[in-house]
Amino acid sequence: MSDTEKFDAIIIGAGPAGSACAYTLAKEGKEVLVIERADSPGAKNVTGGRLYTYALEMVEEGLTQEAALERRVTHEQIMLLDGDRSINIDYHNPAFNEAGQVPHAYSILRARFDEWFASKAEETGAMVACGIKVDELLVKDGKIAGVIAGEDEMYADVVIAADGVNSLMGQKAGLIKDISAASAGVGVKETIELPAEIIQARFNLNNEEGAARMILGCTEGIHGGGFLYTNQDSISLGCVFMPEEVARHGQSVHQIFQNLKMHPSIYPLLEGGETLEYAAHLVSEDGFRGIPGKLYRDGFLMIGDAAGFVINTGSSIRGIDLAILSGIAAARAVIDSQDPVRVGPAYMQELNNIGLIPAMKAVEGYKDLLEIPRIYTSYPGLAADVFTRLFTVDGQVPRSLRKEIKGLLKKNQLSLWQLLKDGLRGYRSI
Amino acid sequence: MKIEKLDAPQLLGLNKFNVDEEAAHIVIDKTICARCLEKPCLVVCPAVLYKLDKNGEISFDYAGCLECGTCRVMCKNKGIIKWEYPRGTFGVTYRY
Repeated sequence: MSDTEKFDAIIIGAGPAGSACAYTLAKEGKEVLVIERADSPGAKNVTGGRLYTYALEMVEEGLTQEAALERRVTHEQIMLLDGDRSINIDYHNPAFNEAGQVPHAYSILRARFDEWFASKAEETGAMVACGIKVDELLVKDGKIAGVIAGEDEMYADVVIAADGVNSLMGQKAGLIKDISAASAGVGVKETIELPAEIIQARFNLNNEEGAARMILGCTEGIHGGGFLYTNQDSISLGCVFMPEEVARHGQSVHQIFQNLKMHPSIYPLLEGGETLEYAAHLVSEDGFRGIPGKLYRDGFLMIGDAAGFVINTGSSIRGIDLAILSGIAAARAVIDSQDPVRVGPAYMQELNNIGLIPAMKAVEGYKDLLEIPRIYTSYPGLAADVFTRLFTVDGQVPRSLRKEIKGLLKKNQLSLWQLLKDGLRGYRSI
Repeated sequence: MKIEKLDAPQLLGLNKFNVDEEAAHIVIDKTICARCLEKPCLVVCPAVLYKLDKNGEISFDYAGCLECGTCRVMCKNKGIIKWEYPRGTFGVTYRY
C-alpha cells in the first residue's frame, strides 16, 4: 500500500464494537479498514453469553431479525449452590419476549455472531482484513497516523482500538497501563452440544425460547460466579473468578470449574451432551470506575472492552451491547467532526448522548455490593440452610424459626449485626 | 467428549489450534520465576500451561494458550518477559 492511500478510519479488531463502528462509518460513505488478527471474526472472542438486542436496533432498525442469534431469553434464573444443595429461582415472563416485538435478549455464540456482524459491515462497504495482527501504532508529529502490521504500514485519519479487554493498542498509545489483577476476572467456559428438544425439555422452553442462569456459591468462596446459557443446540456453561483470590485459595480455575460441571444440580442438565470446546477470557470487573481517564488522543480512540465498557450488577452482565453503543458513538464522532482534532472530545460527548456513560454511572455502586465477601463465602450456605429447615419434617417438635435462624447464622459464621450491615451496604450501593 | 471431569489436556484437545512453531508469543525467564514465591500462574491459567517440574522449576508450553491474558495480569515478578498475541492466523481458533 502506498503512503498516499489513506483510510478515513482503521479499526483494530472485528468484534461487536469494531463491526458496529465500521458499519456506521461505511453507511455514511467513509473509507474504513477493519483489521482482525483471527482467521475469521469471532474466532478469538468469548462471551458467556448473551446480547441485549436494543443495541443492534440502534445500529440499524431490523438488524436483529437477520442476526446470527441462538435463543431468545425468556427464562431468567438465579441459582445458589452450597455443597450438593441448590436453590433455583426461575423468572419467566411470557410477555417479556412477545412475538411481533424485538426480543429483549438472545443467547449468542461469538464465532457465529461476530462473523455475521462483520459481514454486515462488509456489505455496507467496510473492508475487513482477517489474519493480520497489528504490531505497532504509527506515530507522526505526536499524532497516531496509522498502524504497522508486519512489513506493511497503513494510514488513516483516525485509528480506533477495538482490540478487547487486554488492549495492547491502548497501552501502546499510552492511554492505559497494565491491567491490575484486582480489576479483571478470568472466565472459563465449555460449550456442550445437546439436541434442541432435550434442551427445551430440560429447561421447560418452547421452540426457540432460552434460559440464562447466574450461579452463586460455585467458586469455593472466591469472588465470582457461574453462568449457563442455552443456545440452539448447545449449552454454554462457565465460571468467572477474581484471579488474585484464586491464587490465595490454591485450587486451580480449571479444577473448580470442572467441579461445577459435575454438581448434582448441573450435571443432569448436561448429561448425554458432548463438550465441543473450552474457552477462556478476561472480563473487566470495575464498571464505571474502570473506564480509563482518557479514551482518546490525537488520531486515536478506544471502544468496547478496550475502553472498559462492562456492567455487572450481579443479575445482568452487559458488555456486547455497550461495545456496540461505543462503536456507534465513535463513528458518529468521526462523521460529525470536520476538524480531526475535535474527534476525541466529540466521541466523549457521543458516549454521553447515546446513554452509555450515564448507564454505567447509574450502576457504579453495584461493585461495592459485589465486593462483600460473604456473598461468596457464607450467604449461599445460609440460604441453603434456611431452605433445608423450611422443608424438613422429621416428626420432632420444631424449634421456632427465629431461634433456628439465629443458630444457622452462627453455623455460617455470621451475626445478625453483620447481616444488617451488609444489607445496608447493599441498599446504599444500588 | 462426554460430560465428565476433564483434565486440561483433554479440554485443549477439543480446541482448534494453529501453533506458531517459529515464534513463541509468551516467553518466561525461569531464573526470575525461580525467585517468585507465590507462582500464581500455576493456578490461574485456565489451560494449566504453567507447571512445576521435578526440580521445582516452572515449565511453560505456549502451544495450548487460550490467549486470555490472565498470566500477564497476575505475573507479579515479571517472569513473563514477553507477552504478545500470536502472529496473525496463529493460536487458538474458537469455532463456537
